[in-house]
Amino acid sequence: MADPQPAERPQPVDRTRTNSGPGRLLIAVYLLFAIAATSRAGLQIATRFEAAPMAYLLSAFAAAVYIVAAVGLGRAGRTGRLIALACCTVELVGVVGVGAVSQARPEWFPDETVWSGFGSGYGYIPLVLPVLGLLWLWRTRHDLDLAVTSRPRPSRVESDQSFGPPAT
Amino acid sequence: MTEASATTSAAGDLPVDGVLAAVPIALSLLVAGWALVATLRHRAPDRAQFAGLAVLEAALLVLTVLTLIALGGGQRPDEPGSFFGYLATLVCLPPLAWVLARMEPTRWGSAIVCTICLVTPVVLVRLQQTWTVLGG
Repeated sequence: MADPQPAERPQPVDRTRTNSGPGRLLIAVYLLFAIAATSRAGLQIATRFEAAPMAYLLSAFAAAVYIVAAVGLGRAGRTGRLIALACCTVELVGVVGVGAVSQARPEWFPDETVWSGFGSGYGYIPLVLPVLGLLWLWRTRHDLDLAVTSRPRPSRVESDQSFGPPAT
Repeated sequence: MTEASATTSAAGDLPVDGVLAAVPIALSLLVAGWALVATLRHRAPDRAQFAGLAVLEAALLVLTVLTLIALGGGQRPDEPGSFFGYLATLVCLPPLAWVLARMEPTRWGSAIVCTICLVTPVVLVRLQQTWTVLGG
């Protein structure tokens, strides 16, 4: 079943799509965070919701955002890109905002959330992840242009493809 | 290293400890290192990575079974909810890496394997903590 010599040909990344290549790695990390945040929030809400309702609801919200972002990146269409863009923006605002508030007003967050301390409990990955997501969406922005302009101006597509990201 | 960081007290009674935890951690880091090399060399996930994931999964299943036996023997984790959450997540990680790497036969597939194999030891250590943290 394994490709006999998958290493032989360098991968031509002429068709950069949101959900392939580095995008798939991004989706994998989003999936991990979706699992981590969902199970953590679910456990916290199920076992000790009264202790810190705001922190736990925030955890649940963050979990939902991670799940939706993973789905958005995975769909890779116009809708998927918009969903991913919204999620990454919300994440970035959330992690920076909650991080700042949790520093300034620690008493508002008696228990840790994914975004507390700018995501320090998770190796600051929650802070880096939305930035990487936005960079990836920016990098693949011509996917959509290709899809949109392909019908009225087919010749334009050819020249655009030569400008694709280098196959690094 | 893992044994030292695992527990400070009552280490002898813990199923998720010692060799049982050290072997999957070492395996996982080994696969992660190999996958990292593959990523840097622009290589797709090769047989060695998939075989490594399979062996890692086997080691984790052994750990799971022995843990369940210990539970049957009357031992209890200190935070049961977290413990079983981490245990379930842990067992699902190598298959997740496998599936995603199959979907992505490029260097990024290797990067996915590397990432998930770096996460696995973290989850395993957290699993140990939910078992061994005393009090509470």
